[in-house]
Amino acid sequence: MNTDTPRPPHQVLDGADITRVITRIAHEIVERAKGAEDVVLLGIHTRGVHLARRLHTRLTQITGRDIPLGTLDITMYRDDLRLKPARALEHTDIPADGIDGKLVILVDDVLFSGRTVRAALDALGDIGRPRAVQLAVLVDRGHRELPIRADYVGKNLPTSLREAVQVRLADSDGEDAVLVGDRDYKVRSSQALAADPTKPE
Amino acid sequence: MRHLVSAADLSRDDALLILDTAEELAQLSGRAVKKLPTLRGRTVVNLFFEDSTRTKTSFEVAEKRLSADVINFAAKGSSVSKGESLKDTALTLQAMGADAVVIRHHASGAPARLAQSDWLHGSVINAGDGTHEHPTQALLDAFTMRRHLNPGLGNDLAGRRITIVGDVLHSRVARSNVLLLNTLGAEVTFVAPPTLLPIGIENWPCEVSYDLDATLAKTDALMMLRVQRERMNAAFFPTEREYSRRYGMHGGRLAKLPEHAIVMHPGPMVRGMEITAEVADSPRCTAVEQVANGVSIRMAVLYLLLGGATASDTNSTNTSEAAK
Repeated sequence: MNTDTPRPPHQVLDGADITRVITRIAHEIVERAKGAEDVVLLGIHTRGVHLARRLHTRLTQITGRDIPLGTLDITMYRDDLRLKPARALEHTDIPADGIDGKLVILVDDVLFSGRTVRAALDALGDIGRPRAVQLAVLVDRGHRELPIRADYVGKNLPTSLREAVQVRLADSDGEDAVLVGDRDYKVRSSQALAADPTKPE
Repeated sequence: MRHLVSAADLSRDDALLILDTAEELAQLSGRAVKKLPTLRGRTVVNLFFEDSTRTKTSFEVAEKRLSADVINFAAKGSSVSKGESLKDTALTLQAMGADAVVIRHHASGAPARLAQSDWLHGSVINAGDGTHEHPTQALLDAFTMRRHLNPGLGNDLAGRRITIVGDVLHSRVARSNVLLLNTLGAEVTFVAPPTLLPIGIENWPCEVSYDLDATLAKTDALMMLRVQRERMNAAFFPTEREYSRRYGMHGGRLAKLPEHAIVMHPGPMVRGMEITAEVADSPRCTAVEQVANGVSIRMAVLYLLLGGATASDTNSTNTSEAAK
């Protein structure tokens, strides 16, 4: 058997799981922040923004108050800018009352190396001085390269580095799902198809 | 894209990307910390062979807000005044590790020469060359117009009517503007005395009129140009008073503009001749706003040219890979 055959993506969370996870995180936030009085939610582009919106809806239902919600683009703070062509900026929207003295909860889809969160912390430092910063993620897949951990985790998903975690959300991808598969599945399977299968090795 | 030499180099998508990026960067001016770490470690040289206050300052503010190392190189008092050629100046800057050169030169085409040569590996940004072009000024003008006439990310200026008044002949602003505004879908009309229109203007994508009053009613943005006395080597119009009467902007003409229309001026304004104080100080005049927008636009251009992998990064990667 060929052990190099890439594994197709398989689903680890479906739509109902994601909804449950967001509800649980919302309750955890209320419990830990003692009512979430000074909480500000900031979604990190792109899927973190969609997740922050859903979390905001649940928090509003639970607490009966409108929790300030914003978005954060960390492009200008990335440490890999020199590796790729310049990319278009997304919209940063900080709630009108700012983040000074607030408990900022950063929301993202996948926690991996921790470099995105590092960039987000730098960005926050330029925007204001929060009382504290916490991190909520849908999936923690491990392989941290910086001393960063999440405060609220939807699902811990131990992965290997050759795997890719794909978060799909209805707002941008048409469906809710978390998939795990081999990083180069598409590339390698198309290469396999292109090669002549009848040709003996 | 590696250089920004002419507004003609920009496709509609390029131009909108710059305008949208500038829109995001404009938020920065409202913050306590007006700085981003994006260009940390990059060196940008402002190479000004011609006097300039606002463009040079605007570029310098933009560079500093992106954390670039800034070197100001004025021709006066430098080796250029001792007769050094553009090539030798460029080679010197290259040896000093310049990642980008913002150049203003009295000779049309100097930035293009620099961009096409292999004297420099970095990006070249044209900050005004002779009577040729001034693309970042055109971008900030388009940015200002979009904010007033069709606000929103991804929007262009399709169908908007822009009237540009004054010394078109000597104006690099007019040249860059007509190219960019045409790319963005706007209709441009030049109004000037026949002596201040360049030869071959009939080939430009614009209309020409000699009557300012006739064009006012159908104008969405009126852009006044500075009468460039320093470039005038002949009598292009009889007297300043006559110029002012026929092509100057005053309260009476302001009243004839549609209510939503804005009056723009790239500065510096010659009050009393091109524009009366009444118009210059009215809330419909965007001259001061244009200065603020200039910083956002220049930040956007610098970020898009230098923020990602640049030629020098690629070179160093190739070299290190070759060494392996």
